[in-house]
Amino acid sequence: MAAGAAAGSLEELASRPGRDTLWSALARRCLIGLSLAFLTALLLAPLAVVFAAAFHDGLQKYLQSFADRDTQAAIRLTLATALVVVPVNTVFGLAAAWAIAKFEFRGKSLLITLIDLPIAVSPVISGMLFVLLFGMRGWFGAWLAANGISIIFAIPGIMIATLFVTFPYVARELIPLMQQLGNDEEEVAITLGAGAWMTFFRVTLPKIRWGLLYGVILCNARAMGEFGAVSVISGHIRGLTNTMPLAIEALYNDYDLTGAFAVASLLTLLAVATLVLKSLVEGAGYRRR
Amino acid sequence: MRDGQPTVLPGFGLTLGFTTFFLSGVVLLPLAALVLRAASTPLHQLLDAVASPRALASYQLSFGGALIAACINLVFGFIIAWTLVRYDFPGRKIMDAVIDMPFALPTAVSGIALTAVFSIHGWLGRYLDLAGIHIAYTRLGVILAMVLIGMPFAVRTMQPALLEVQRDLEDAAETLGAGRWHVLRRVIVPSVLPALLTGFTLAFARALGEYGSVIFISGNLPMKTEITPLLIVIHLEEFDYQGAAALGFVMLAASFAVLLTINLLQAWGRGRMVRRER
Repeated sequence: MAAGAAAGSLEELASRPGRDTLWSALARRCLIGLSLAFLTALLLAPLAVVFAAAFHDGLQKYLQSFADRDTQAAIRLTLATALVVVPVNTVFGLAAAWAIAKFEFRGKSLLITLIDLPIAVSPVISGMLFVLLFGMRGWFGAWLAANGISIIFAIPGIMIATLFVTFPYVARELIPLMQQLGNDEEEVAITLGAGAWMTFFRVTLPKIRWGLLYGVILCNARAMGEFGAVSVISGHIRGLTNTMPLAIEALYNDYDLTGAFAVASLLTLLAVATLVLKSLVEGAGYRRR
Repeated sequence: MRDGQPTVLPGFGLTLGFTTFFLSGVVLLPLAALVLRAASTPLHQLLDAVASPRALASYQLSFGGALIAACINLVFGFIIAWTLVRYDFPGRKIMDAVIDMPFALPTAVSGIALTAVFSIHGWLGRYLDLAGIHIAYTRLGVILAMVLIGMPFAVRTMQPALLEVQRDLEDAAETLGAGRWHVLRRVIVPSVLPALLTGFTLAFARALGEYGSVIFISGNLPMKTEITPLLIVIHLEEFDYQGAAALGFVMLAASFAVLLTINLLQAWGRGRMVRRER
């Protein structure tokens, strides 16, 4: 994120004379040591313990835990949820960014605040909102029951709750990016006779591709890992409405530690892959605002 | 609706219409359901749910714990951001990338992993046990999980601000005979103050609402280690929607207050930046 600028300031620091006193060298070592100790205890140890616990009883036991039908169903449900939610929120993010970055209108800052809202709300409350809407005693509960549609304690509910919590990720990445890039090139394309879609696909999309990818990566990580909101709405029916994070909880509460940490190891790999992809996108010249 | 200078760009009606429609369906309608549900509850019932001893104990832990966690993140976030911005050492790039781990790691995973590390048989928990410190299944564990989840917010807010500190001011202060500590207190901290406070508030907000990573390490004893989001879940599991909505309303009001604070802090930071450039 700040790597390029930091490198500049480091060179500057190295060329500054008269700084390397005993005292500042000592402070430097202490602060680096303190930071490393803090991050090791809080981040690296938990990461390592996931794999240590998953392989505690051997590779065979680890692999066996994926033969479990409920675990397989949880993996399928998590993948399906991400496959539905991420494209929908990508389209929304593109539309919202286009409207907000390219045009001036009243109520714009309110709109931006509302788009950011799901990030500030507790995941439990996010899930509860939909229970209050679609639950048996909710606004639409009676109508849904009469028509035989189940949302709460079923897959549609899981998808809607995930849609809510991952709603801002693409939009909030694209809005500042598109605002900064400006409208000039699009205006030239339109004036020269290009159609709206052609302008979008040939002019705008190539400009914003790294920012878009960045947003999609973050959105996907959150969609696959969401726990609180999904937990409230899923009903925890094994093999049916348990996503991977919920399967971890169920296995953990059954004292099946190998099983729980085996599923956790997959999600940890996803998180590591997310961070690697993120660094690559940043390396490709995309800097977050 | 559209004002300001005219533009030839197409798609205003389509994109704004779609955005507003989608936002209303996915965010505003559900929020309205919560607010109306809380508002339609008889007052005495609302007060019973919001001010029951169990609810009050949960606020104490959720708000108090989030406050302590945000203070810890203020200090360590500053130290880590400082280390990343000012020093070069082997592994700095990896450290910079690892900071975002709590963003990317699902909360359920960090919950069970933290519990495994800090339980009395865990890698670190066993040594803390010798010192008489118990983290798993106590309030300390709740705070630890809150620190983890808020940490990247604190670091990532302070990092860019520290990069922009004017080094010539520091040099000037040192040339004039100020010690390092004095420079830190009188030059560096004042110039990054908006970022420090924004990072603090963001870490607080995230810790306040956190559920997944906390419930595994907290042990969830009513009145002792039960956070407010968990109490909401318990109400929902008992189909007590009124009680859940009332508590949810309290949490939502807190979130709005925090959002407002962050917006004000950022406006303050931008205002200072503009003045400095003049």
